[in-house]
Amino acid sequence: MSKENTEYLISRNKKIYEVIIGLEVHAQVISNSKLFSSSSTKFGAEPNTQVSLVDAAFPGMLPVINEFCIKQAIKTGLGLRAKINKRSVFDRKNYFYADLPQGYQISQFNYPIVGEGSVIIDMPNGQKTVGIERLHLEQDAGKSIHDMDPQNTLIDLNRSGVALMEIVSKPDLRSPEEVSAYIKKLRSIMRYLGTCDGNMQEGSLRADVNVSVRLKGTEKLGTRCEIKNVNSIKFMQMAINYEANRQVDLIEDGKTINQETRLFDTKKNETRSMRNKEDAHDYRYFPDPDLLPLEVSDEFINKLIAEIPELPDDKKKRFIDKFKLSSYEATILVSDLETSKYFEEVVENSDVKLATNWITGDLFAVLNDKNLEISQSPVSAKNLSKLINLIKNGTISGKIAKTIFELMMDGDKDPSKIVEEKELKQESDPKELEAIINKVIQDNPDKVRDFKSGKTKLFGFFVGLVMKVSGGKANPQLVNDILKQKL
Amino acid sequence: MNSITSQSLTTLVKNIKNKKLSSEEVTKAFIERSEKSKDLNAYITEDYSNALSKAKKFDQNPNFDLKIPGIPIAVKDLFCTNNVKTTAGSKILSNFIPTYESTVTQNIWNEGGILLGKLNCDEFAMGSSNETSFFGNVKNPIDKDLVPGGSSGGSAAAISGQLTPITIGTDTGGSIRQPASFTGTVGLKPTYGSCSRYGIVAFASSLDQAGPMAQSVQDCALLQEIISTYDPKDSTSADFKRNSLSKELTREIKGKKIGIPKEYRVDGMPGEIEKLWQKGIEYVKDCGAEIIDISLPHTKYALPTYYIIAPAEASSNLARYDGVKYGFRSKGENLIDMYEKTRSEGFGDEVKRRIIIGTYVLSSGYYDAYYLKAQKVRKLIKNDFDEAYKKVDAIITPSTPSSAFKIGEKTSDPVSMYLNDIFTVPVNLAGLPAISIPAGHDTKGYPLGLQIIGKAFQEQELLNIAYALEEKISFKNKIKDWWIK
Amino acid sequence: MIIDLKTIKHISKLSRISVDEKKAQKLTVDLNSIFEFIEKLNELKTDNVQPLTSVAEITLKFRPDEVQSYNIRDEIIKNSPEDNKDFFVVPKVVE
Repeated sequence: MSKENTEYLISRNKKIYEVIIGLEVHAQVISNSKLFSSSSTKFGAEPNTQVSLVDAAFPGMLPVINEFCIKQAIKTGLGLRAKINKRSVFDRKNYFYADLPQGYQISQFNYPIVGEGSVIIDMPNGQKTVGIERLHLEQDAGKSIHDMDPQNTLIDLNRSGVALMEIVSKPDLRSPEEVSAYIKKLRSIMRYLGTCDGNMQEGSLRADVNVSVRLKGTEKLGTRCEIKNVNSIKFMQMAINYEANRQVDLIEDGKTINQETRLFDTKKNETRSMRNKEDAHDYRYFPDPDLLPLEVSDEFINKLIAEIPELPDDKKKRFIDKFKLSSYEATILVSDLETSKYFEEVVENSDVKLATNWITGDLFAVLNDKNLEISQSPVSAKNLSKLINLIKNGTISGKIAKTIFELMMDGDKDPSKIVEEKELKQESDPKELEAIINKVIQDNPDKVRDFKSGKTKLFGFFVGLVMKVSGGKANPQLVNDILKQKL
Repeated sequence: MNSITSQSLTTLVKNIKNKKLSSEEVTKAFIERSEKSKDLNAYITEDYSNALSKAKKFDQNPNFDLKIPGIPIAVKDLFCTNNVKTTAGSKILSNFIPTYESTVTQNIWNEGGILLGKLNCDEFAMGSSNETSFFGNVKNPIDKDLVPGGSSGGSAAAISGQLTPITIGTDTGGSIRQPASFTGTVGLKPTYGSCSRYGIVAFASSLDQAGPMAQSVQDCALLQEIISTYDPKDSTSADFKRNSLSKELTREIKGKKIGIPKEYRVDGMPGEIEKLWQKGIEYVKDCGAEIIDISLPHTKYALPTYYIIAPAEASSNLARYDGVKYGFRSKGENLIDMYEKTRSEGFGDEVKRRIIIGTYVLSSGYYDAYYLKAQKVRKLIKNDFDEAYKKVDAIITPSTPSSAFKIGEKTSDPVSMYLNDIFTVPVNLAGLPAISIPAGHDTKGYPLGLQIIGKAFQEQELLNIAYALEEKISFKNKIKDWWIK
Repeated sequence: MIIDLKTIKHISKLSRISVDEKKAQKLTVDLNSIFEFIEKLNELKTDNVQPLTSVAEITLKFRPDEVQSYNIRDEIIKNSPEDNKDFFVVPKVVE
């Protein structure tokens, strides 16, 4: 893989192939009730307890659309800088499956609610714009459970009918890294908007990955394969890797690639064909006659525009302008809404540079280690800013600060109280320090001799010793100054 | 006093309100007659004992403010009824007991109606003779060898045979008007969106509409007024100002402009139907209305259009009958095998035929040629009516191209069966209201109906014209109770 | 002939309706006579006609985002053909 470029290139027999990737992301809409019925969308309920007569497709039951889901889809479209279609149509996608009670999924085929847009991703070599083809609303299916009963498959319809947004990207992605950045950015935008929680473990964000390969430098797209329903970024990357190499191997062997749907086997780390030809799907889309065209007014859209919060790209720009952050720092701090909020709260009363380093350094390390979200941080923004101020005004050294930070995590303690209790205040009285330094010089006459005869490296030895004797509390800058004088 | 079962709904309501009759007496009378009428095979499910206890309960604490206080009513078995088996005339739903009530039937119970039972119909309302029902065909009270029409054949037989004072059917392509015409009764198909489709087993969603079937226009108006409500549970339900149809009913139609479409003069139509139509036109003139010749040029394309759109929607609507959640299931070796066996054994031939037609016209490569084409022609058909209604207030045509045919006569030839709906289908495609009223008899003594087609949501005007015409025609049904031993 | 036997078998499969040879042949005959009659539509030029999907001249009404249907599992499962209190049951599906 080339270092300057984020492209993923595969070399075979002196030929270089590039990988073309497009994603169909399925994002579960945050809403109380389902897209066309009034049952709850809560995750994790007992099987079939959140199923209405509509969700289970009882005879004579009819869909009625949830206004909030429409708003969520439009908001997401606005977040993707996309065209909002004032008229869209719901279609039926017909196929039989055990967890599809109606025998069709209500979706949008020819006229989606959101049209073309774009997402900017940050890669090591700069920004890249990924095109969005469309976003449409559709119903989620139920769940088939294969491992509870040896003879049968059991069906839980709790998820049946929950609103999904299918976000289709253009085939603009070129590497697993770009896919990762794209998914993360998309998730970040939706979390900012409050339209999807992006929780991949609970299945509220998953994707179909379209992969094709072509000789680098050529224009024509190769035959693509669709890898269905991949539910983690890591698996997406592994699947792309495997699939791209499989396709290159096929081409190099003079074989053809079948356009097909494939499944990623996470245990074997390979993709395999899902359906045989005989059962090729013919979805027979047609406008759902139980529903009428969905029309939204300018007024409706304008109200939603007014509700859009500052999104990651704008926030990043502001952070760079206002706080003089590097693009890299800003990207990290805005990637998650809660992180950006935490950061802004900390820097409201403390030094930006120190805050940035503390948050992206020590705090992230702790959160990572304990597998916590920033909203669950054991150290509050208020106390972190206090700690930073203690460093900034010289009350404590950076080193002591790290000790204090450890102690703060036990119940979000106030750092100034810890300083008091543990008497960790930095020694900045030149007289006190002089006394310590004099004693150190007295106790090590041979080292003083060596230093004076040119072993200047020993300066660090003296500093270390002074710090040790002071119990780490000595102000390092002052120690440096006085030592230089004395020696 | 006439025997209870021969009284009109309006009379029965009056007699109950005047305490000349109790709900129990009325209910008993209809149950007794229904019990003696098993030969008609009008019922799929009888709910007599519940009906009687509800009637007794009503009498103990009567509410005479209701529009149909304590009136027993049997309904087509396409309406889901809480705790009462609902089959849609199909084996696949032969054991299905809903836990919910359709909006239309709920409206009836809210106004004091009492469920007598569920009436036979063509399977999933697909048929014009009630011969596709899994529960056997229904006999026409006019003559034991005749079909009652369909798909609301059980409803038509029950109303003409006086097994129920009033009833409801559903009409997707003529399923209320054609059986009304075949049995000498009145049947109204309201404007699409007038009656909620919630809780009605769906056939073709963009065409289905529930409506009343009655002995008279007045009864029809009263029931329509009850069942037509705006329903937020049906996205296609229309929120318009609804008239008090029965109160506002008038025979005053002077100056109304009535259109006569030349395209309804089809090849091979019996002379007696043409004659009946002419007679109707004369009556309209007698009432002071003006006759205007109009053209509905795309009429001949309505039936082919219908036989694309209705099966397409049905193929999708009936996908839910897969043996998983409710209804009949056949054992299979795997999921697909179970689906195929369940659906093959659970559906009858006509339903399967239509599912396959519908699947075909929607399938990849054929959508544009059939389904899309049909939707475009549907637009042209609707445009025809829009144009006509710039000149006229209503349109009069025959209801059917023939009187009732013999049981078994058309079962082997689906197209000849479909042709029966030639005059009724355009109305569903355009979403308009239309009523069939009995207008005379053919030489065999079988009833013939006239169809009046109104403007969208103008049920009042439509009923007024029918009401005026009904008086002029003064039709008497020739029913000899041959089935009662 | 508009629809051949092979197509009928394919469409039956797509409709999840099993048909034996005899039924398939009968269906082929029936459908051909029906489509002969349907093909009448080809006489009409419709290039510039907007398709009509619904006669209802209203647009979609919205429902507020409220949970109104609660746990009715017993009611939902009651009619299902297999005896299981918690789930719908189908023959084992191998993915």
